[in-house]
Amino acid sequence: MMLRAMLGEAWLAMGANRLRSALTMLGMVIGVGAVVIMMAIGQGAQYAVQQTISTMGSNLFIVLSGSFTTAGVRSGSAGGPTLNVSDAEAIAELDGVVNVAPTHQGSRQLVYGSQNWSSQVIGTMPPYLEARAWNVVSGAAFGDSDVRSATRVALIGKTVAQNLFGDENPVGKTMRIQQNPFVVIGVLGSKGQNLDGRDQDDTVIIPLTTAQRKVFGTPFLGSVRMIMVQADSADNMSRVMDATTSLLRQRHRLREGVPDDFFMRNLSAAAESEAETTRTMSILLGAIASISLLVGGIGIMNIMLVSVTERTREIGIRMAIGARQRDILTQFLLEAIMISFAGCLLGLFLGLAIALGINAFTGMVIVISGTAALVAFAVAATVGIFFGWYPARKAARLDPIEALRYQ
Amino acid sequence: MEPVIRVVGLGKSYETAAGLFPALKGVDLEIRPGEFIAIMGPSGSGKSTFMNLLGCLDTPTAGDYFLAGQNVAHMDKDALAVLRNRTLGFVFQGFNLLPRMSLQDNVALPLVYSGADKETRRAAAREMLDKVGLGKYADSLPSRISGGQQQRVAIARALVNKPQLILADEPTGNLDSHTSEEIMALFGELNREGITVVLVTHESDIAAHAKRQVRFLDGHIVSDHLTEAVPT
Repeated sequence: MMLRAMLGEAWLAMGANRLRSALTMLGMVIGVGAVVIMMAIGQGAQYAVQQTISTMGSNLFIVLSGSFTTAGVRSGSAGGPTLNVSDAEAIAELDGVVNVAPTHQGSRQLVYGSQNWSSQVIGTMPPYLEARAWNVVSGAAFGDSDVRSATRVALIGKTVAQNLFGDENPVGKTMRIQQNPFVVIGVLGSKGQNLDGRDQDDTVIIPLTTAQRKVFGTPFLGSVRMIMVQADSADNMSRVMDATTSLLRQRHRLREGVPDDFFMRNLSAAAESEAETTRTMSILLGAIASISLLVGGIGIMNIMLVSVTERTREIGIRMAIGARQRDILTQFLLEAIMISFAGCLLGLFLGLAIALGINAFTGMVIVISGTAALVAFAVAATVGIFFGWYPARKAARLDPIEALRYQ
Repeated sequence: MEPVIRVVGLGKSYETAAGLFPALKGVDLEIRPGEFIAIMGPSGSGKSTFMNLLGCLDTPTAGDYFLAGQNVAHMDKDALAVLRNRTLGFVFQGFNLLPRMSLQDNVALPLVYSGADKETRRAAAREMLDKVGLGKYADSLPSRISGGQQQRVAIARALVNKPQLILADEPTGNLDSHTSEEIMALFGELNREGITVVLVTHESDIAAHAKRQVRFLDGHIVSDHLTEAVPT
């Protein structure tokens, strides 16, 4: 039997019981719609997290001075930081280390003209920008010579620029930090929020030496609170961290059994676990939505079984005039697939509309991918074939004599 | 001439709770092209079983059945379906038209299963509907016409694939006597054109239209004789 004639008949059969076909389809509409919405939300969440992670920089870990984390209990001598710039220089010599940036940071009041603004001030060295993949959108970054001679220059984030300078171009202007005049030499590119929700653009970056001498002050010149280290690859992270630990223990002359006087934190690992959480959530959402797809499929099977019973006599007639088993099988399978496909198509549009609606009304990030739509479609087709198969086979295996006699 | 149908020792037994029940016990029969034969007998005589076997709807448990020279006793279901489609035309007591399809589509249905293209199907269905005098209702649904007309459509459907013979199972069972006469007249007409007709009935006045009468009783043929068909 020819496919076109069969499609026509399947269409006719669907039209013969419109309400029933529509209700059966509704199961698939809801199933596919749910999958599309959940995948859009799940992938949106993943995308948002990945965006945030990519603003942080990759393969990063930080070394914090011991006194910083243990509140002076073990640091003993003067309660001062245990890390210094030469530690950072030594770490930079290790294999697999790309960038090392000793930093010192704190919150300070900024003043420009009649405006003032409190912001995070980071004193660091040029590799910091590279490690964080942070670019300067107007003006220029400071260099090693600025660090050496402790010049009073500053890079400011977008939020600082807006609040302090308004519509003015900040580059070349002089602002004050702790009564010290600083020349703004560049504006940093926007990074948005970090994983903790802090505005990363509310930042001022100045040379480490200037920060230590003019802004924060330090009992021991050259000591730092934190060293940021970037490894060359994710695979090398743990190796580089181990090497850093043994290097620092050796440099700090810590004997066996004495605890570390510093503390390390793998930033990339934290970010990765955050990403992993969202991925799991995304899969979970999809899995739950898939259950409704399954229920829709069972609905199709149910109705097809009723339909086969109702049309037993028709099947008998068709067999008597020459329908082979596979003709009957194809006919009923085609009906199931048609319902499933129509439901799938409607569900796809409904899902997209709702996902876009969610985005428009709540601002939640959603990602609509062709793959998700394709997967939903393939699953729906499979569901149609899978759940249509049994009723269709039941129809095809009817005994023509029995079927003809069926009232 | 080579017989259209030749059955040799044809038997059919059914499994029942009480054991094997023989519905047909070794039947021999030949039907030649152009014959108009009535198969008669009371309920339980085996005539329906015989009809199902002739119609390739069932397979025998004993003996052989040659249809147009082919032994179909051991064919599989799909091969039998092809035979039913190409070689046989069925007319049932209950007309058995598909209610959702137009008369034309009903008549064309066997051609769908034999793979004819749309234009061929339409033309052949039209021709057959004209032949049974219902061409003007081609686009109507079966529910719009009378029982006698529905049976004419069923006959048109049986003829559309140019079968070797037509099997009519109590074709007048649901019709009044006047309409029955008309239907039998149509069969007579088709037979005169050379179409072989096998008719199953338990009414002797209907069987009287046929040129040969075969009587079944308890799974055997008890009589087989030629008669002069009543003039129509």
